[in-house]
Amino acid sequence: MSQQSPLRLADDEQLLTGWGRTSPSLAKVVPVSTVEEVQKCIEESGPRGVLARGLGRSYGDAAQSGGASVIDLQQMSSISLNASTGAVTVGTGVSFHDLLLATVPAGFFVPVSPGTRMVTIGGAIAADVHGKNHHVEGSFGNHVQEIKLVNGLGELRALNPDDAQSEEQFWATVGGMGLTGVMTEATFKMIPISSSLISVDTERCADLDEVMARMIESDSQYRYSVAWIDSLSASGRGVITRGDHATREQLPEDKRATALAYGPKALAKTPGFIPSGLLNKFTVRAFNEAWYRKAPKHEQGALQPISEFFHPLDFVADWNRVYGPAGFVQYQFVVPDEASEVVGAALRKLQSVGAPSFLTVLKRFGTANPAPLSFPQAGWTLAADVPAGIPGLAAALDELDELVANAGGRLYLAKDSRQSPEMFASTYPRLKQWQRTRDQMDPKGIFKSDLARRLSL
Amino acid sequence: MNDALGDPQSVLVLGGTSEIALATVRALPRNRLKRVVLAGRPSPARDAAIAALTSAGIQGVSAIDFEAKNTTEHAVLINQVFDAGDIDIVLLAFGVLGSQDEGEANPDLAVEVATTNYTGAVSVGLRVAARLKGQGHGSLVVFSSVAGDRARRSNFIYGSTKAGLDAFAQGLGDALHGSGANVLVVRPGMVRTKMTTGMPEAPMTTDPEVVANIVVAGLRKGKNTVYAPGPLRFVMTALKTLPRPVFRRLPQ
Ligand SMILES: Cc1cc2nc3c(=O)[nH]c(=O)nc-3n(C[C@H](O)[C@H](O)[C@H](O)COP(=O)(O)OP(=O)(O)OC[C@H]3O[C@@H](n4cnc5c(N)ncnc54)[C@H](O)[C@@H]3O)c2cc1C
Ligand SMILES: NC(=O)c1ccc[n+]([C@@H]2O[C@H](COP(=O)([O-])OP(=O)(O)OC[C@H]3O[C@@H](n4cnc5c(N)ncnc54)[C@H](OP(=O)(O)O)[C@@H]3O)[C@@H](O)[C@H]2O)c1
Repeated sequence: MSQQSPLRLADDEQLLTGWGRTSPSLAKVVPVSTVEEVQKCIEESGPRGVLARGLGRSYGDAAQSGGASVIDLQQMSSISLNASTGAVTVGTGVSFHDLLLATVPAGFFVPVSPGTRMVTIGGAIAADVHGKNHHVEGSFGNHVQEIKLVNGLGELRALNPDDAQSEEQFWATVGGMGLTGVMTEATFKMIPISSSLISVDTERCADLDEVMARMIESDSQYRYSVAWIDSLSASGRGVITRGDHATREQLPEDKRATALAYGPKALAKTPGFIPSGLLNKFTVRAFNEAWYRKAPKHEQGALQPISEFFHPLDFVADWNRVYGPAGFVQYQFVVPDEASEVVGAALRKLQSVGAPSFLTVLKRFGTANPAPLSFPQAGWTLAADVPAGIPGLAAALDELDELVANAGGRLYLAKDSRQSPEMFASTYPRLKQWQRTRDQMDPKGIFKSDLARRLSL
Repeated sequence: MNDALGDPQSVLVLGGTSEIALATVRALPRNRLKRVVLAGRPSPARDAAIAALTSAGIQGVSAIDFEAKNTTEHAVLINQVFDAGDIDIVLLAFGVLGSQDEGEANPDLAVEVATTNYTGAVSVGLRVAARLKGQGHGSLVVFSSVAGDRARRSNFIYGSTKAGLDAFAQGLGDALHGSGANVLVVRPGMVRTKMTTGMPEAPMTTDPEVVANIVVAGLRKGKNTVYAPGPLRFVMTALKTLPRPVFRRLPQ
């Protein structure tokens, strides 16, 4: 019998990256549509292991695993809504996009929404995503009632936060970045809404101090709150947008009949090859200027559709390509309130290496949940996009890491693509506890990702 | 694997005492570097190389025994290194210059050069490539030479081994295209190392550190081939087009 060359690419092998398009690795992609197929994939696992992948919206290497079987769950997308309780049970491959199309007209919204709706429920639980309401309602995991997961022994388990038997495994899976098993189904509480519009208050602030002072003063009065910061301005000026779901009564009369209409616009494409030079200090400065000026100085109760308020980036399908072939990183950290000066220091540091970021977002977090690897903790979180090709970036970000770690803060795994294993271990003090639970759930070490290898999880 | 900013975590050097390879290891970004394996024949030079890299602040430097001519041992060796953890960069840097005159007088010596530089490289090169493809990422850097671009009367034994190695490495790079793994072929001119001590310097002779920086930049940019120094590319392109009678009359 003739031998097959180990160098030849198989049909099911694909190069995978995260949203930042850095550090690709080759894996066998296995689309599944049943629990049995997930179990089979785990039973047949090779030495490089298995990993679940959602829509690949994590920025770094969380949803890729070189040489492994990467399970694509997009076909596991059933939705079953209980309209009397608001509980929904979904296949974990369902996207926020499809879920909202099904539930908004029925009067229900997701309890937590990330900044894009092109994220799966599996990805949302695995990264324990946060939205603009974290300061009052916590992260996605706080709202999950049950997870069905296939563990490293191929067993299907129901994990429940209120069950002494499984609560530890439940919280290890929330924020566990796919390393405790493959979630196949999840049940969580939706929130009732009587319109698909958001009532939004906007404030323009002349500098960072004003932005932060205003957020401390009055964030608690709002369910949703976020600030955009002009990362290239010396002052750190910004625009705060805050709001809540508008009630049907808040709508003009002629809109009330169709209060729950929901139709996010089709996605536009960015041109295929944009030179990375297009995004530079000057174009970003112009963008930021326009963005700042566009915002009203002070406006109350403006009505915005869900997609405009929660998912403004989704209007351009593949905007991550504007950063060119070198890709980009998103630096997102959280620091406690006592260390609020780190926010300004971070902005200055990014300016000093000439990192143009037009997506610089500041938010306040409420209290943390019990998940050992969950990112949010009370304080300030700043997220900034930076093109990966900037000279001196690696050293500058390492210095920032130190600042964040010394302030008792940490980085978000769903965005990370470059922190050191030491940085991670020192800022997630419950890592060992998580590892013990993970080892129970996956005693053979089947679940592996490039991120797990990079950070020695 | 390399992180998003291109910083590697692990390096394997085949030919662990090569001055060019050691300069390359020193020139790599080292913020995330935690494992460097020097594969080579046991010698005081190998011990010294570990000590030198370690005292330069590089972590996790170790050695493993490797003889290029013992191809039957290569499978075990390469698997052992990769089973202990992914390798981001492999430097295939072993090689001997040999003596052209002695080789002509005693062909067994010429065969030694060919076995080391070509046969040995084919043996480890294929095995390394399979493991890089298997882990889904990584770079193999192959130190070829301008001597392989066109064989000269004065060193065609060595030159032909590099020509063979160069063709092999290019083919290997094509085989790995799209696999997450890649091959960088490096064609240095004359470099001031122990391989060339005592020899008259050719034009454009350079230092290991210069080659090292070119290799690191080539890796970062995902290049397939680099010359060191860079302008040698044009010199060699010109030389390759010279008719044989003219080429023969050039100073060798
Ligand atoms: C434009 C944009 C805006 C964003 N805004 C926010 C934000 O506001 N807040 C926030 O928190 N995040 C935000 N993110 C990050 C994003 O929400 C997370 O990275 C999320 O995990 C992506 O989901 P995904 O389905 O694409 O999962 P992937 O990126 O494909 O996977 C992420 C992780 O989840 C694991 N995983 C996925 N499915 C399963 C499963 N079924 N079982 C087990 N593990 C699984 C993977 O193994 C991986 O570790 C944003 C991302 C983008 C691109
Ligand atoms: N220097 C130049 O001018 C020049 C120019 C073009 C290309 N190159 C190429 O670049 C590479 C590195 O050269 P260099 O200048 O750094 O040379 P070097 O310092 O002499 O290193 C050569 C290396 O090859 C190893 N080696 C030789 N035979 C071996 C064998 N049978 N098994 C295992 N290892 C063996 C040596 O190990 P030991 O210590 O055990 O001998 C040494 O580590 C070589 O491939 C060379 O051909 C060099």
